[in-house]
Amino acid sequence: MKGFLVAALAALALATGLWSPPASALEVVDERGVAVELPQPPQRIVTLLPSLTESVCALGACARLVGVDRYSNSPAPVRGLPQLGGGIDPNVEAVVALKPDVVLLAKSSRVTERLEALGLKVLVLEPKNHADVRRVLGKLDQVLGTHEAPAVWRAIDAAVSAAAQSLPAAARGVRVYFEVNSGPYAAGESSFIGETLTRLGARNIVPAALGPFPKLNPEYVVRANPDLIMVSVRSAQGLEQRPGWGTMRAVREGRICRFTAEQSDVLVRPGPRMDEAARLMAQCLGDKANKGGAR
Amino acid sequence: MPAGHLRRVVLFGLALLVLGAALLLLGLGIGSTGFESFLSARHDPVALQIVWDIRLPRTLGAWLAGALLGLAGAVAQGLFRNPLADPFLLGSASGASLGVALALLFFGGSAASAQWVVRLGLTGAAFLGSMAAVMLTLLLARGVQQTLRLLLAGVIVGVVLGAMKDLITIASADILQAIQGFTLGNTGLVGWSACAVMALACALCLLLAWALAPVLDGLALGEATARSLGLPLGAMRAALVVVLALATGAAVAQTGLIAFVGLAAPHLVRSVVKTTHARLIVLSAAMGGLLLMAADLLARWLIAPQELPVGVLTAVLGGSYLLWLMHRRTARGTAS
Repeated sequence: MKGFLVAALAALALATGLWSPPASALEVVDERGVAVELPQPPQRIVTLLPSLTESVCALGACARLVGVDRYSNSPAPVRGLPQLGGGIDPNVEAVVALKPDVVLLAKSSRVTERLEALGLKVLVLEPKNHADVRRVLGKLDQVLGTHEAPAVWRAIDAAVSAAAQSLPAAARGVRVYFEVNSGPYAAGESSFIGETLTRLGARNIVPAALGPFPKLNPEYVVRANPDLIMVSVRSAQGLEQRPGWGTMRAVREGRICRFTAEQSDVLVRPGPRMDEAARLMAQCLGDKANKGGAR
Repeated sequence: MPAGHLRRVVLFGLALLVLGAALLLLGLGIGSTGFESFLSARHDPVALQIVWDIRLPRTLGAWLAGALLGLAGAVAQGLFRNPLADPFLLGSASGASLGVALALLFFGGSAASAQWVVRLGLTGAAFLGSMAAVMLTLLLARGVQQTLRLLLAGVIVGVVLGAMKDLITIASADILQAIQGFTLGNTGLVGWSACAVMALACALCLLLAWALAPVLDGLALGEATARSLGLPLGAMRAALVVVLALATGAAVAQTGLIAFVGLAAPHLVRSVVKTTHARLIVLSAAMGGLLLMAADLLARWLIAPQELPVGVLTAVLGGSYLLWLMHRRTARGTAS
């Protein structure tokens, strides 16, 4: 009886093995809600979004990248890869020529349909906040078969917490205005930048109700009178000369952090370098709070 | 009309087509992977795919879009009796961008509607937007009778719809990038289905415009003369506006906003032969196709393996040409 059972089980296993797709076949549902089937973990990957490039590398699969978009500049190895245009003007032909197993790109990319029509596997993944970064890491982990995501996320999370703990008490509750560009577009509480600021114990002058990256009236900033301004050097020029801005406490007391272009890249990408971003912001908070007088 | 003139027109048209065919062949060899793809296409499936499914449709698509714009330009310049009239004049460009913005806003974000968007596509939204803008312009201008009113209404609709598009983009910053891409104008994403749509529109517009061209000849001699020809002026003008909208909408929907091709093509034709509108329209289509196709090849070749958005290139080249044209006119005007 027992022998028969074992034989039957073996036969069943054999049959399912024959009739179901190979065990390594993988179906992933991307952010469009489209199920993408991958016959095996992709070995040739094209990413068309810097944060996805960084995520793939963070999971230790940097060597599987064969092409990236124009703006992917980190980590260092990807700088040598073929650049396939940007999100606005992707180069279809160059992508196809690389024969990628999968193309990872953002929701806003125009090339998705075209690439799919040409028979490529396309995964749309676009991290926008902390939870997204974690989810995208998990999904990429599943796709790549790397089993690294939990550790990577734990490290990011721990580093953000450590950055928060490194701050002196004086830096708590500092009211911050984070300018993304001189529109002025701000990073609100609900953006991933805002989330990091919240974890660092700072208060954002732009409430979540205004959306993640609202275009503000400059007057709003003057009225909110932040203790500290974070801005990229790219858009910091003439900030003090904007009408009425000279009277703000942050400007008067010189509490403005100007991030270099490289630092800004770290700050504005919702990817695995969020810990580095948190450290940069914490450093800014710590330095400027010590300058004295923060509420 | 003397036989020599007709021969000149036919020869010119043939020259344009032959040049176009030559460029089409050249287009198979130009791209990020260079000429090797063309040579290895016979035994390498990926190279074959690049040549057959990417380069051929995009080159052909550039020709078709240019032809549509050239045709629309010739119709617009005849219809408004203004040599500087542009196919985008009736607000169709801003209408198309607004359509794209709306489509992205309402359907681009949520996953549930993704299927629907894929089916209708941004293409359809752009087309509907440009048609709606033209209708709105016509409504504001109370028909097509008064050229000045129509031009003015076109400008107003263009500005207002453009502003609405900006409003939407500011309200949801997510779609900013996609809109920007659309405004740049790019032939890189044209596939066979887009080619089919444009070919159909092109054939239809050519037929209609050819049939309606006599009214443009009449209009060239003034409104009163046109009326005295005994043609149903109002109906024919309205039909020409539809042709204009259809041609522009179809081109814009597939390739985004591409400047100056529609303006320059009829001028270039006129500088070679002076002829009736029926022939001018056909020649302008061939010329527009040639222009955009050449611009597309340049855009692919100049900084290969990267490429320029073709709209940027046509704006620079077309703008310079227009300036030169205006300069030459004023010079000649003061001389005589």
